[in-house]
Amino acid sequence: MSGVTHAAPPRWRRGEGRKALLWMSPWLVGFAVFFAYPLAATVYFSFHRYDLFTLEFIGLDNYRYFLHDDRAWVSIKNTLWLVVFMVPAQVLFGLAVAQLLTRLKAGSGFFRTVFYLPSLVPLVAGTVSFVFLMNPSGPLNQIIELFGITAPDWFGDKDWAKPGLTLLAMWGIGNTMMIFLAALLDVPKHLYEAAAIDGAGGWRQFRSITLPMISPVLMFSTVTGVIYALQYFTQAMIASRVAAGVTDSPGSSFVPGYPELSTLTLPQWLFHAGFRDFSMGYACVLALLLFAASVIFTLVLIRRFRTFADGQGGNP
Amino acid sequence: MHRRLPILAAAALTAAALTACTAGKEGAPALGAQPRPSGSASATLPATTLELWHGFSAPAEVKAFEDAVAGFRQKFPQITVKLVKGVQDDQITQAVRGGKAPDVASSFTTDNVAQWCRSGTFQDLTPVIRQDGIDLSVLPEASRAYTEFEGRRCVMPLLADAYGLYYNKALMKGNAPPKTLSELTELAKKLTVRDADGTIKVAGFIPSFQYYENVASHVAPMVDAKWYNPDGTSAIGSDPAWKRLLRWQKELVDWYGYDKLDRFRKSLGQEWSADHPFYKGKVAMVLDGEWRNAMIASEAGNLDYGTAPLPVADDRPDLYGSGFTAGTVIGVPKGAKNPQAAWELVKYLTTDTSALVTLSNALRNVPTTKASLESPDLKKDDNFQTFIDVFAHPKTSTVPSSVNSVFNQEAMQEFLARWEMGSIEDLDTGLAEVDKRINDKLKLSGG
Repeated sequence: MSGVTHAAPPRWRRGEGRKALLWMSPWLVGFAVFFAYPLAATVYFSFHRYDLFTLEFIGLDNYRYFLHDDRAWVSIKNTLWLVVFMVPAQVLFGLAVAQLLTRLKAGSGFFRTVFYLPSLVPLVAGTVSFVFLMNPSGPLNQIIELFGITAPDWFGDKDWAKPGLTLLAMWGIGNTMMIFLAALLDVPKHLYEAAAIDGAGGWRQFRSITLPMISPVLMFSTVTGVIYALQYFTQAMIASRVAAGVTDSPGSSFVPGYPELSTLTLPQWLFHAGFRDFSMGYACVLALLLFAASVIFTLVLIRRFRTFADGQGGNP
Repeated sequence: MHRRLPILAAAALTAAALTACTAGKEGAPALGAQPRPSGSASATLPATTLELWHGFSAPAEVKAFEDAVAGFRQKFPQITVKLVKGVQDDQITQAVRGGKAPDVASSFTTDNVAQWCRSGTFQDLTPVIRQDGIDLSVLPEASRAYTEFEGRRCVMPLLADAYGLYYNKALMKGNAPPKTLSELTELAKKLTVRDADGTIKVAGFIPSFQYYENVASHVAPMVDAKWYNPDGTSAIGSDPAWKRLLRWQKELVDWYGYDKLDRFRKSLGQEWSADHPFYKGKVAMVLDGEWRNAMIASEAGNLDYGTAPLPVADDRPDLYGSGFTAGTVIGVPKGAKNPQAAWELVKYLTTDTSALVTLSNALRNVPTTKASLESPDLKKDDNFQTFIDVFAHPKTSTVPSSVNSVFNQEAMQEFLARWEMGSIEDLDTGLAEVDKRINDKLKLSGG
């Protein structure tokens, strides 16, 4: 190389910069309005006593209260449980169903529809139906008891409530399953043929061909699943309300997390603090925690998947 | 330096935006700030349109509200009242924050009254109550208590709920309703029918605090249990009445067997349906509100039942006849465009006997003023009269206003669920923990 630089004149560069900013402006406005401002506001309010109307600076009091708030810690544990158990269950079940559907010779369309349909059911309606189906004398328990097994009180027993919610999540894997199905059908057939000629069995083919080839989709499903689990709210709230048989009459109160706080998730406690107890400053502390957890989980997962894909020679 | 300018400007803008969004906009002069019109004669108020938000949504309820407002329209023909149905508390709060408050708003519950009074979400009615010479002593003490906080009366009671005992006459087998907790225990055991394996078929009384209306606030008046000390801190751990109530309740739960009782309770379905276990003869006695009379009339017209005040602690016969009360409240939100006219509407709906009786007859809730309770136009039978008497009883109580009302009741309710299932080893320690939770939260909320 001659070493001759072709740096653009500063004026031209400035013009390009303005153009770039102009083209980026829709995104920049969106970023500022929907991310930067809410984040700054959340941090700001977390140092205040804020009841939605009046604002008073209280330093770290909201953070100190968090350290001694048993319910916050219970909700964090429950949320982590969902991340650790519900997300893998959802992803693996979705993958398994998709894998089975790729092997079906006939009726594939019918089964795709059957497995996809539950994801179209509105969350509230689906959850209410599920709780009724799984109530102590409901049809699911009657079937289980036909086999001589004492069926659990799914949403009334603290040990079974979260597994109950996991089953509900698995029932609604339609979207995940469709994404996996598309990815699986996209894997070139000749790779399997070559592997089979080399003597690779089914498991070996799955581990060495399927998994690396679908790893971007696997990562997408896992990351979105984790974020979804960290924000888990509606189903837990509805299931506990229906199972508890709560009322809304004057003087009545609903304790989220029924039974025994087993379904209390961090977003529920956050919502409760902000909108039921008017402690918006404290709710901001919980929101920041949730945000930090989402960022950390996402970064760790992306890193792990990259390592996995690199190790397998895939192309994430 | 010039590079820092955009950053500083952005920071200043953000700070300004953050602080600006914390206060609701002032849309109109505060109630009572203007000179009072000469009397409340219709001609003294200018023609205007008022918007009234309420929580009722069923067609019959909406019509009842329309009928009650019709009298106001006659009195103030130049004022148009626009009713907006099915509005919840959070919508009211958000509207006030956003500077789009209605002129008048009502809420089904009293849980948010303290917060609304303290934050100024609803305007203090004290000046106009004084100006208009309204005598609040016509309201029971409990109703006065649940409509004010820290000296600010920011809402008025519209209709009230009172709680008592419903009993199925056929299942009672000629027994009179119990007057004391020990009589309730005895009768509950006597009337309970079990299958051979101990499964409950018919319960005399379901003592679970998780059953429908048996929540802490509704049962506390049975023993005169106190929620707060005068300084607003929790009195739950120090008031022996709570312990007495809890020990009585646990003894009856254990007699049923918690698991059996819980299984039975969960088999009973939804409270707000025509399959209510009381209608179906599955429970002989239940704690419920006066509104159940109207529901029974429409959903189980043939049910032969009676009503009575709730049983009370054996050593407190003076409490018999009292109970829990709370109810619908109504006020003028901050930023109401026509506060004076709005106050006239609130005043009419909460003090005019005809309006209250019209609403009560249609909704079958208890009217709040002495005159409306005694009005010959008020439709009542023996079963409804029970609740009118409970409401008017001098010892009838409510959950006193607190900025953490919801949190505090939930903290207690959560404890009660653990208590009845036997998860609490030491009652004193458990109640002290409830106190601590409530008091810690009180500090965070600025006590």
